Amino acid sequence: MSEIPAELRYAASHEWARLESDGTVTVGITDHAQDALGDVVYVELPEVGARVAARDEIAVVESVKAASDIYAPIAGTVLAVNEALEDAPETVNQDAYGDGWFFRLQPDDVSELDALLDASGYADVCANDDH
Amino acid sequence: MLHRTPLFDAHVAAGAKMVPFGGWEMPLHYGSQIAEHEAVRGAAGVFDVSHMTIVDIDGDKAAPFLSRLMANDIGRLAETGQALYGALLNDQGGILDDLIVYRTDSGFRAVVNASTRDKVLAWFAANDNGAPRRHRSDLTMLAVQGPDAVAVISELLSWPALTDLAGFRAAVRGDCMVGRTGYTGEDGVEIMLPAAEGVALFARLLAAGVKPAGLAARDTLRLEAGLNLYGQDMSEDNHPYESNMGWTVALKPADRDFIGRPAMESLRATYTRKLTGLVFQGKGVVRHDFTVRTNAGDGTVTSGVFSPTLGYSVALVRVPRAAEGDCEVDIRGKWLPARLVKPSFVRHGKALV
Repeated sequence: MSEIPAELRYAASHEWARLESDGTVTVGITDHAQDALGDVVYVELPEVGARVAARDEIAVVESVKAASDIYAPIAGTVLAVNEALEDAPETVNQDAYGDGWFFRLQPDDVSELDALLDASGYADVCANDDH
Repeated sequence: MLHRTPLFDAHVAAGAKMVPFGGWEMPLHYGSQIAEHEAVRGAAGVFDVSHMTIVDIDGDKAAPFLSRLMANDIGRLAETGQALYGALLNDQGGILDDLIVYRTDSGFRAVVNASTRDKVLAWFAANDNGAPRRHRSDLTMLAVQGPDAVAVISELLSWPALTDLAGFRAAVRGDCMVGRTGYTGEDGVEIMLPAAEGVALFARLLAAGVKPAGLAARDTLRLEAGLNLYGQDMSEDNHPYESNMGWTVALKPADRDFIGRPAMESLRATYTRKLTGLVFQGKGVVRHDFTVRTNAGDGTVTSGVFSPTLGYSVALVRVPRAAEGDCEVDIRGKWLPARLVKPSFVRHGKALV
C-alpha cells in the first residue's frame, strides 16, 4: 500500500497539494503515481509566472515506461519550479512528497483546495486503480 | 485465467510487481527496472523466460518439417548444439513469429514466443509431416545475462565446460540444456531444465548475488541491443526485409521450398521500407507509434525507450528504405531533431552510437 499523508489534499489525477504557512501551495505527484510510473527519467515543468487554471495540463513526467500529463490541481500563478528535477528526476521516485515536488503556486482562491480529495478519498481512488 | 510459471512464488517473494504479459503473469520489475538493467550490463541478472514456448521436433522428418517452415536454412545446423535464428512466414511473406532452433541429438528444439504460442502450435499442426512434436511445457527456462553470467552459472552448476561454449551453441547434460544465447546484447546463457530444478537454480542464483530482472529491463536491454520484439517491431503485416531480418532469409540453396519463398524472391529487390535505429538526445522519450519525418518521407516508431546506458532515448523505426541521417520526431506535438543510425545501440556494455 502506498503512502498517503493525511495533511495533504489530492486530485484524482494523482497530484498532491500542500498549503504552506505563507499561503502558497506546493504540488507534486503521489507515491502511488510514482510507483505506477516506475523509474522517472525526465520532468517537463511549467514556466515560472505562468497563469494556470484548475485541471490545465502544465507539466509532463516521463518514466522509462510512459509519459504522463500533470494537471494544476487549482488555479493560480506559478511561483517556482523544482529545477533540481532536471538533473535528478529520480528524486520523484525517492521522495515524492518532499524533494520530489514539481512546482509552487500562488493560488487565486485557496478555498479551491477544499474541492480536492482528502487522504481517505484519495485512498479510495488508488484502491480502484489497483483493481 | 493467466498462466503462472513455476517461479511465480519466488518472484513475489523477491518483491516483483507482477503483470499480465502474453497470457502469463510475469514480473515487470522488482523495484527498479533501471537498477536491473544496470546489473545486467555490469554484472549479471536472471530473467524467468519460462513463458516462452519450447517444442521438440524429433526423428528423420524433423529437418524437412523445419526446412519447409523456416525462412532460414536449417541445413546450416551441421552439428548437435548449434543454434539458428529465423522467422516463420506465411505465403505472403508476413512474419508469423521469430524463433531460435537448436540442433539436438534426436532432432531439433524450437523456442518461440509466449504471445504467439497458440498460433504457432496451430501452424505446426497444419503443416504436420509426421515428425513427432512435443510441447515441453514441463521445462522451466531461465536467462542469465551479463558479463559475469557464464562464470556464475558454470560454478553453480559445477559445469566448467560452459565457459568454453561458443556463442549460439548449446550444451546438454541430462535434462538440462544451456545455450549461449540471450536477448540483452550481453554475454550470457539461456537454460532449459525441469521445473523443480529451475526453481532451485533461481534461488541459488539470487543467493549468489545475481539480480532478478523483469520484463521492463528486458525491454530496455533488448532495444539497446537493437533486437526486435515480435508483435511490436514486426508482425504478420511485415516481411523480413522491412524488419531488419533480411539476413535470416536463406534463398540458397535455390531448391529449398520454404513457405513464403516466392514472396521473398520478389520482395527482396522491391521492398520500400526498412527497420532501422533512431537516437534522440533531446528532452523526452521517443515511444511506440510516434511519427518520424525523414529525408525520404515519413515513418513510424515501432519501439522506443529511454536508454539507461546512454542516458537518452533510442528507438526502432520503420521508415522509407532510402531514409538516412538527420530526421525529426514528433514528441507529443513538437517536431524535434533526431538521427537515424544502425539499429544497434549498446553491446557488451559499450555504446555503439
